Amino acid sequence: MSNAVTALNGANYQGLATIADQGLTGMITLRGDLASAGIKAAVKSATGLDVPAQRQALMGQGTAALWMSPDELLLLCPYAEVAERLAGIEAALKGQHFLAVNVSDARTFLRIFGSGAREVLAKVCPVDLSPEGFTPGMFRRTRMAQVPAAFWLDEAGTFHLICFRSVADYAFELLKVSAQPGGEVGLYA
Amino acid sequence: MSTRLAKGGRLLDKGRALHFTFNGKRFKGHAGDTLASALLANDQMLVGRSFKYHRPRGIVASGAEEPNALVHLGEGARMEPNQRVTTTELFDGLSCTSQNHWPSLDYDIGAINTHLARFLPAGFYYKMFIHPRPFWKHVYEPFIRQSAGLGKATNPGDPDRYEHFYFFCDVAVIGGGVAGLQSALAAAEAGAKVLVMEQTAHWGGRAPVDGGEIDGQSAEDWITATIAKLRDMPNVTLRLRCMGAGVYDHGYLLGYERVNDHAPGTDAPRHRLWRIRAGQIITATGAIERPLSFAGNDIPGVMLASAIRDYAVNYGVSIGDRTVVVTNNDDAYRTAITLKKLGLEIPAILDARQSGGGALAVEARSLGIRIENGKGIAKVKGGKRVTGVAICAQAGEGAVLEEIKCDAVAMSGGWSPVVHLWSHCGGKLLWDSAQAHFRPDPANPPRGAKGEAFVVPAGSANGYLDLAGTLADADSAGKTAAKAMGHDPKSTKAPSASATDEAALEAVWLMPQGANIKLRMKSWLDYQNDVKVSDVQLAAREGYESVEHAKRYTTLGMATDQGKLSNINGLAILSDALGQPIPQTGTTTFRPPYTPISLSAIAGAARGPVFQPIRKTPIHGWHEANNAHFEPVGQWRRPYCFPKGEETHRDAVNREINQTRQRLGMLDASTLGKIIVKGPDAGKFLDMLYTNVMSNLKPGKCRYGLMCNENGFLMDDGVVARIDEDTFLCHTTTGGADSIHGHMEDWLQCEWWDWKVYTANVTEQYAQIAVVGPKARETLAKLTTDDLSNEALPFMGWADLTLSGMPVRAYRISFSGELSYELAVPASLGRALWDALLEAGAEHGVTPYGTEGLHVMRAEKGFIMIGDETDGTVIPQDLGMSWAISKKKDDYLGKRAQEREHMADPNRWKLVGLETLDGSVLPDGAYATAPGHNANGQRMTQGRVTSTYYSPTLGRGIAMGLVHNGPDRMGDVLDFPKVDGGIIKAKIVDPVFFDKDGEKQNV
Amino acid sequence: MLILTCPCCGVTGEETEFHQGGEAHLKRFGPGSTDDDFHTYMFAKENPKGAHFERWRHNNGCGKWFIMARDTVTLEVYGSYPAQTHEPPQHIRDAITAKRPGWRWRDFA
Repeated sequence: MSNAVTALNGANYQGLATIADQGLTGMITLRGDLASAGIKAAVKSATGLDVPAQRQALMGQGTAALWMSPDELLLLCPYAEVAERLAGIEAALKGQHFLAVNVSDARTFLRIFGSGAREVLAKVCPVDLSPEGFTPGMFRRTRMAQVPAAFWLDEAGTFHLICFRSVADYAFELLKVSAQPGGEVGLYA
Repeated sequence: MSTRLAKGGRLLDKGRALHFTFNGKRFKGHAGDTLASALLANDQMLVGRSFKYHRPRGIVASGAEEPNALVHLGEGARMEPNQRVTTTELFDGLSCTSQNHWPSLDYDIGAINTHLARFLPAGFYYKMFIHPRPFWKHVYEPFIRQSAGLGKATNPGDPDRYEHFYFFCDVAVIGGGVAGLQSALAAAEAGAKVLVMEQTAHWGGRAPVDGGEIDGQSAEDWITATIAKLRDMPNVTLRLRCMGAGVYDHGYLLGYERVNDHAPGTDAPRHRLWRIRAGQIITATGAIERPLSFAGNDIPGVMLASAIRDYAVNYGVSIGDRTVVVTNNDDAYRTAITLKKLGLEIPAILDARQSGGGALAVEARSLGIRIENGKGIAKVKGGKRVTGVAICAQAGEGAVLEEIKCDAVAMSGGWSPVVHLWSHCGGKLLWDSAQAHFRPDPANPPRGAKGEAFVVPAGSANGYLDLAGTLADADSAGKTAAKAMGHDPKSTKAPSASATDEAALEAVWLMPQGANIKLRMKSWLDYQNDVKVSDVQLAAREGYESVEHAKRYTTLGMATDQGKLSNINGLAILSDALGQPIPQTGTTTFRPPYTPISLSAIAGAARGPVFQPIRKTPIHGWHEANNAHFEPVGQWRRPYCFPKGEETHRDAVNREINQTRQRLGMLDASTLGKIIVKGPDAGKFLDMLYTNVMSNLKPGKCRYGLMCNENGFLMDDGVVARIDEDTFLCHTTTGGADSIHGHMEDWLQCEWWDWKVYTANVTEQYAQIAVVGPKARETLAKLTTDDLSNEALPFMGWADLTLSGMPVRAYRISFSGELSYELAVPASLGRALWDALLEAGAEHGVTPYGTEGLHVMRAEKGFIMIGDETDGTVIPQDLGMSWAISKKKDDYLGKRAQEREHMADPNRWKLVGLETLDGSVLPDGAYATAPGHNANGQRMTQGRVTSTYYSPTLGRGIAMGLVHNGPDRMGDVLDFPKVDGGIIKAKIVDPVFFDKDGEKQNV
Repeated sequence: MLILTCPCCGVTGEETEFHQGGEAHLKRFGPGSTDDDFHTYMFAKENPKGAHFERWRHNNGCGKWFIMARDTVTLEVYGSYPAQTHEPPQHIRDAITAKRPGWRWRDFA
């Protein structure tokens, strides 16, 4: 699969924060009864992680389990391993009502880091991005200017953001404008 | 003469000179000046002409309430009209010009209107320009358009940038005067997260100018100390140059931050719009001094008493050597005392109150100032500048007692709390007759999402006009707000302040109270809109009794200042004319923004490349590199065609179609919606969604289906593939991907929530490429060892293939009538597959085609297109698609609706093909006429064109349309009138124009 | 601009994250129903001055539909609850009663 490319093909911008294409990442939409033992086993097998709580992002080694809705998770894993991990999920949930599907290519996946990261996002998302308002491990689906997006924060202070692939250019340009030097608000930096 | 004083100017940095120009004249000011103070320091009192009569107008105020001094600020693309000089900070190189005059500020031809004022009363334009009707368009409108409008707009694009910022806090304090600071401190000390915004560049508001002591310190020192305290608190955010623009539902607050208006040329955004959600909002917005209504009160040099004081104390500017003070309250005495102490002359204080003032009057008298109680101004003398005043008894009709020479008049009619932000979201007002103003009614505050009061007024904005009262009220407001947010305020005491013994104000709405009509016609209420006392009285006489009607009739309180100075005076005059108390008249509605904010700030970053999202397929880059002519399809940009060399779009479309039908074409179909529907009840669910049966589709097979809404109308169509027993993949139209997914989730979540079905929208997971034409199979065969035979992969079947090492799901479906494979590949490989197919198809002259080629080919085949043949009023039965409607099913969405009488009416227009007799192309949307006329005298119609194209395959125009009894009238000829008056004749034919038996696609 | 709380994901967000979807607690009338019943179901919607029940979707969020009880006059929100119910829960009714004693909305009170 050496021909596979992300929509942004490794783009990177450094301003008040660094906006960077995360590159190809395996993503699996998993829908089912999140309280069930089967889902717990499936998430463990695919990511090595527990089932995240409401609006939680759990991060592992090259994996993550993200709470999308009361019956939906997004699981992250290495791009090349999706088929294998999907098979594990199917095995864990055999006979149960669930849906697991590869969506690794449906999204644009960005990292936003640096001292201005919170302000860069606060210019485009109607979410409290103050240090007390948004803490590591939180997962938030929302609106980023005119497109839907979701992001979470890790312990190192890096924001991870996903939006649909077709609006990759828009999302990247928007964050670039937001991170343009001179636009420091001076609150969270 | 106005001039710079040798001493004073607390806000100035006299060591830093700044140069600027006004109407091309070079002037010098200092860092810390506003444009207003710098103009006045250079004796530029005359700054503009009034809107209607073109009277010379000078600066009246020192803040946001300024009605007159609006200029064109900046040059070229950065020129902006209607900028208030009082709120514009001076910077080096500033250039501005005055507005509303021709040919020049000093000699303005429009000023003739002032001599015609007698003939231009309120409502003049309404009355004058009604008859004769044709005159409106050709004479009146062009004339009015030329003279209407404040200032001029610019044409070039705005070179600056703008942004939004979302912010959340417990308590937002609007106003950084002492009330704002004390309420912020009280709330923050209780633990609340607090934002304080101040519209000017300085903290403290009026207090440093008005004087007084707080906790034994000067006001200025207390402000400095309080700011330092607030700065040290991690839960406090302080913003200068940030105006509270509007208060909206549920604690939404707009802050308008002018980031670099005062320092253009830096790389900062010019304005930042703060989109704030505050649990509680404290409006510490201060109060505005009212003018007095006397004849000639608009002559340059007549100013608000507080403004004259501001210019003297803050900017070291004297408005004149001899200033007459005229007042109905004690506060104006502060101006007299301040000026006198600066060594300027106060020829007289005219106090309209018979009993005169309190302690401040005593102090003024002790400074040797002449005070005349019970007196007022009969008339101001002067043209472009005050030269003197004629004094009269306030109780009389204007008989002149004495004339006094002066070059400035300081007037004060009392103070009105700034209740705008309290009122924006529904806060009600009380009339305070003692202070003659409206103030917030604590029993009727704006209420939020939980029904709670969420705006708390503080200080003078709440009617507390003395320092001690202001501080106590602000302290309590801060604690109230913090408490409402669940914090526990400490029982601290409010700062104490020295009190001044002031005599009560006496309301004066007209000076003198019995002023005759000649005087009233020169007594201005609204400077910006040239509304006089006589105009409001006329409106009342003519029946405009509601304050909202009177506003629109007279224009009182309109335009950029929205009547900040004029409203109360105007409605007092109206009340008097109607013989009713002021509260019964009420106020006009206060609407956001508080002062005008830039449209660019509202747009924020949404301009240029991020004006709106443009959705792009994984193959978009190839399209761009190969001269695609794009068309918008929702937010997508899809290639319409790919012109080569000198080709027209039509040439390109024809070439693309011919090549596809004869050999090989390729289409980027990635935008088609793809939704996975999975679960034990998936088949049952799809049977409800589609009009035909999907549950009996075999795995590995595809079926075309129609979707109707509950009202019976066709809303989407597409091919469903059954992946396995539990799983279906539903293709939707490009526009339907999100809405149909939403539609499915709606029914699953809200109606059939016990059905075991999950959906996932995988539209963007795949790039989808249609390989179309007689050479399609051999081309694919070059890339795979998989079996592509008609037996292994028949028409309306699908199979997983490996093409050039890439995992591909191939659907044998056709929207063109040709042998066709739609290949779905992970989006990240979309471009790689496209390139591989181009290479493989090169020997057959593979030709990418666009949406127009797609449309023409489907029309040649008589396939419908959602949005062309449908418009939200068309049912499948109209389109001859009864074959796609299951008779066996008890129910599907839309079934009940389609049983209604008018849905089964045989007179509904039905789908047919249309062939022009002369081979030309019918205009899109053209109607077929029928004999007779309807009640409106319009031609009767019997059908309309829904799709129309030139078919290169048939070498003629083809069309589809909905026609009355159409399918039963094959061969009939219809008339389609054209816009230019001609008629095209077209014959009703079968809608399938090409390959009626489908032999080409099924090979 | 309203603030809404999604009962499905717990987010309290501004109106731009949500999409209003008309009246809640509609009873569907399909094939076999009378013209009157069908007409009422499709077209006759409540337009109260006071408490109202609306469907909302958290479309820029968890994607779930929910029902919100809201006052059309004061814009007060009495509460929101998941869509998988045929009637408003008691605590929502109580919240409305506290502000609008004697309220009625279709069959609910």
